[in-house]
Amino acid sequence: MKTYVILGATSDVGEQFAYEVARSEKENCQLLLTARSPERLAPLKSDLEITTGASVETLAVDAMDIQSATKYLGPWAEKADWVALFLGYLGDQEEAQNSGEEASRIMQVNYNGAVQLLDIFARSFATKKQGTIVGVASVAGLRGRQSNYYYGSAKAGFIAYLSGLRNRLYHQNVHVLTVLPGFMDTKMTADLDLPGPLTAQPDQAARHIFRSAKKKKNQVYVLPIWRWIMLIITTIPEGIFKRLSL
Amino acid sequence: MGKAQQIANWGMYPQVQAKVAELGYTDELQTFVKTEEELLARGNGRCYGDAALSTTIFSTLKLNKILSFDPTSGVMACQAGVLLSSILEVVVPKGFFLPVTPGTKFITIGGAIAADVHGKNHHSEGCFSDHVLSFDLMLSDGQIITCARNENPDWFWATVGGMGLTGIIVQATFQLKPIETAYIRMESIKAQNLAEIMSLFEASEDWTYTVSWIDCLQKGKHIGRSIMMRGEHATIDELPPKFSGAPLSLKPKMNLNVPFQFPSFALNTLSVKAFNFLYYHKQRQKQLNIISDYDTFFYPLDAIHNWNRIYGKKGFTQYQFVIPKEVSREGLEEILRTIAASGQGSFLAVLKLFGKNNPEAYNSFPFEGYTLALDFKINRSLPKLIAQLDELVQKYQGRIYLAKDAFSVKHSDLIIPNLPENRKFTSLQQTRLATQA
Repeated sequence: MKTYVILGATSDVGEQFAYEVARSEKENCQLLLTARSPERLAPLKSDLEITTGASVETLAVDAMDIQSATKYLGPWAEKADWVALFLGYLGDQEEAQNSGEEASRIMQVNYNGAVQLLDIFARSFATKKQGTIVGVASVAGLRGRQSNYYYGSAKAGFIAYLSGLRNRLYHQNVHVLTVLPGFMDTKMTADLDLPGPLTAQPDQAARHIFRSAKKKKNQVYVLPIWRWIMLIITTIPEGIFKRLSL
Repeated sequence: MGKAQQIANWGMYPQVQAKVAELGYTDELQTFVKTEEELLARGNGRCYGDAALSTTIFSTLKLNKILSFDPTSGVMACQAGVLLSSILEVVVPKGFFLPVTPGTKFITIGGAIAADVHGKNHHSEGCFSDHVLSFDLMLSDGQIITCARNENPDWFWATVGGMGLTGIIVQATFQLKPIETAYIRMESIKAQNLAEIMSLFEASEDWTYTVSWIDCLQKGKHIGRSIMMRGEHATIDELPPKFSGAPLSLKPKMNLNVPFQFPSFALNTLSVKAFNFLYYHKQRQKQLNIISDYDTFFYPLDAIHNWNRIYGKKGFTQYQFVIPKEVSREGLEEILRTIAASGQGSFLAVLKLFGKNNPEAYNSFPFEGYTLALDFKINRSLPKLIAQLDELVQKYQGRIYLAKDAFSVKHSDLIIPNLPENRKFTSLQQTRLATQA
């Protein structure tokens, strides 16, 4: 019986990832779902158990409170085979520019928190010499833009962390997957008008992520087109880039 | 919260601009309900007309979790946005079926309660509400109350068939019914006219499921030409050997899709007449006895995704009424004559005999008598025909079904639900009916 830990299971992709895993493993898996408000996980837990037969536990984990997260996640890290981190905080760029509090919250959740949470699992996976780690970053981390550079820079740091971690744990038989979503049709972007062909649906994203991790891919875009979009965005010379309004 | 969208229900008429919020958590929903001045909950939009439409909509589709299921008693609790199709996937393999189901499984539990849906077993097993044990209703101040026959019964009875106007159904608990197999033993019998089909209905009262397709373009002595379908859940002994090995599972079937909207001239009197002719004569024997899987028996149209597109981009409406049994013969004849004379053919016309109603469920549509459901393509002369039909339904003291209605003008006294003081939850349909009254 395999144990999967899903950090940020109330995110749309996190939820769909739970279904993806549970539908493929059925009774043969145990899922630990975490979220800031665990009461929101109760319906998801019952539905997963009734529709797939998987056994599901829930836990309150807040990326702003690593101390208690470490305490409760420690025992789970011991028995987990997989950990997948979906939590994130888009925040408000303008507010972050004007208030250190919002800026630090964006950095804490998307970088410090994310890194420290995965480290709990990285330590025990390294000892066990097995495991799979999935980190969901963002294409926003590939180049800072005026519209969301606090979020982008935190994700950039997270991308660098995942690549370093992959490099180190490769020798310990632990696999690390970096996921780079572009636009996704989720709660995070519910009020934005996103272009259809460039926007991934959460279930589609979750399927792609699960499949890529099983195939031991290193870094994947959720929609392949984003590889080419980001290729263009990252090759624009800085002298031109700074004049653009992206 | 929410995104501006152009939306319409299954009839694709009317199309309206609305702000739609899809929220998956009751705490978010509470905040939303407190902030908005007017709103309405909407499920999967499988009603036909302007029910479930409003300028501000809470879509229940993310409240899509099953909360509990007891495979011994068959009691299930789920959130309001769970589709009947999702429930069937879980419960059929465990030997249970929906107690009442309409002709599509792509509706939500919240919608089933709000419209108090009925099915082919109305005469034997009542409406959906007859099997609902309780539900949680969010009121205009965000407060959630549990409603059952012995707990907030006023809210319970106002909400079943209340078309969403009492509040937002958040979750519900209901009783499923046990089945031995996923198959239906069915008989299909041709009737040459109205008298014959009506006596068939009356002779079939002991069958759990009865319904008939009726050709409403026939005139004179063929008026009411139809095919009666009646069925029972098949027992294991009744299954042919190829099914009895795995009696509760169905093989996945190929689904068809209508990939684009048909031009609006595709359906005309001639093509509908041709369809009706073929449909009636496809069955050569007078009576056919077969074992059918539940999907084919209950949900034949669900196998054709987007079938509503065959009506073209102007869309269509469905008109469904019921008239008392005592005057059904006379009333149906007059109504069918009016429709045939109008030449506005409906190729999906369904006739059924309802059983006695539960007087406590005062907002529910069905009562004892014949019900006829007809599809009409939207066109300039349709409102006139509907007005004529309204007159006739009123004359025979009938009632129309709000989950289908888009045009009706005469029935506001019969159909505006009698609700407790609560005006936050409003629908375009309610506004239309109230202004016309």
